[in-house]
Amino acid sequence: MKRQWRLAGLVGVFLFAYLPILVVVAYSFNDSRFALTWNGFTLRWYRVLLQSPEFLAALENTAIVGLTSTLIATVLGTLLAVGLYLYRFAGSSIVRALLYVTVILPDIVMAVGLLMFYVAVQFTLGRNSVILAHVTFQIPFVALVVGGRLQAFPRVLLEAAGDLGAGRIQRARVIILPLILPGIIAGAAIAFTLSIDDFLITYFTAGVGASTIPVRIYSMLKRGVTPDVNALATLMLATTFLLGWLGLKLSRVREEKLA
Amino acid sequence: MKDWRAVAATVGPATGYLAVFLLLPFIIVLLLAFSSAEGPGEAGEFTLRHFREIVDPVYLTVLWRSLRLALLTTVLCLVIGYPAAWAISNLEKSRQVLALIILVIPSWINLLIKNYAWIVILRREGVVNVILQGTGLSSEPLNLLFTEGAVLVGLVHSYLAFMVLPIYAALERIDRRLVEAGRDLGAKGWRLFRTVILPQSLGGVIVGCVFVFVLALGSFVTPDLLGGARGMMIGNLIQNQLLQVRNWPFGAALSVTLVAAVLAAVVVFVRVVGRAGGERAL
Repeated sequence: MKRQWRLAGLVGVFLFAYLPILVVVAYSFNDSRFALTWNGFTLRWYRVLLQSPEFLAALENTAIVGLTSTLIATVLGTLLAVGLYLYRFAGSSIVRALLYVTVILPDIVMAVGLLMFYVAVQFTLGRNSVILAHVTFQIPFVALVVGGRLQAFPRVLLEAAGDLGAGRIQRARVIILPLILPGIIAGAAIAFTLSIDDFLITYFTAGVGASTIPVRIYSMLKRGVTPDVNALATLMLATTFLLGWLGLKLSRVREEKLA
Repeated sequence: MKDWRAVAATVGPATGYLAVFLLLPFIIVLLLAFSSAEGPGEAGEFTLRHFREIVDPVYLTVLWRSLRLALLTTVLCLVIGYPAAWAISNLEKSRQVLALIILVIPSWINLLIKNYAWIVILRREGVVNVILQGTGLSSEPLNLLFTEGAVLVGLVHSYLAFMVLPIYAALERIDRRLVEAGRDLGAKGWRLFRTVILPQSLGGVIVGCVFVFVLALGSFVTPDLLGGARGMMIGNLIQNQLLQVRNWPFGAALSVTLVAAVLAAVVVFVRVVGRAGGERAL
């Protein structure tokens, strides 16, 4: 009996988590402008969406910002993790603290800071300012994920390679890189997800014409509930689920290989 | 070690980047908050007048609401999340992973979409009102949207997973033999929970509470979409001062206040709650 209550509660929590989202998905296929009652299945709202130039421009911005910022953040974050975990140096705790502060700082404060910084140094707002802003919140996540891989790093290997005459660059390429590659890939995936998911910081630093998909969704929402918002939300959901499923699949493959 | 060149080459670039794009911006905000200048990077004299401006009934209402909603969100997430985490940790091992995945997936969904879903459900011609009127429970559509209650529902829905995950992780680590021992010694139900299970999962509770409280206190999207003017929180006030009113020094002062509140919350949760729990465990 107790067990049944527990399961019922759990199912309740799952329903609370999913039901609202399912309503949106259902409405996106509903052939009615006012979305009150079910008027039959349609793909009309997806056509409306895919033909909108604003949507296509936002999609392009999202892709360019996501890929560029992820590339920069992955390089910087990986280097940082390697330095933090393989060397002992004065001030390493300060750098670590800086990473945690970045993670816990409210988005709105980071957005305000970056906007004021760009205005103070007279940096024109646009796609570039958004990319630089995204790299800021991506670096700590890449560094922490890669750092996780480095925690169990066999230092002996480095010393052995050094004794055998391998230089610093060679050691990095032959020993460190292959061992932390899964961490780098996972870190890059998280960085990319954070970039395409971000609304607030992009909203503050984009200026005119550099809107990404989340910023586009926001401006559509501000104009009221329309069926094409449901379609866009459903497409975003599908992308999220696809990326999540891929991530799970990849991590499972990796575990099996290690085992 | 004489590895300073390797340290500079690895740690240097990212640290330099964060110094320019994180520390410097925050210093600019901090300076503007305490300055008589009108814009960032401009010269001005030291003043506290932007902080005195906050002590105005209009703004204090928003600040008080932010604090209240963030606390209520934390409590509700704890009340819903702890039993959920407990239920998951009692499933069979293979089912636990599945249950966790089911629970975590919604937290990957974009915040705008999650909160938009609640607009669809709560608006005057939304799902709830259609059901209420259809079943005759209400003759007129209720104003559910643009209330503090709507914001609260949206916040709990957005951040619940951040409470469940750390608590589940803590419950997973509990030595089941201690629970058995407690049971053998005659502890049951509430007593067993309070003396054996709760103290050992308190670390997870603290982490979950800090996550949810900090996220809720600094939220912008949820109160913006579901709260309207009556559900405005400090994040919305900051955005309003920055992008609409264009009173940047006041926006800076509010941002500094928010950061101070977040830091204070982290310290309070970790110190006070942690210590109280430690004593109870003894």
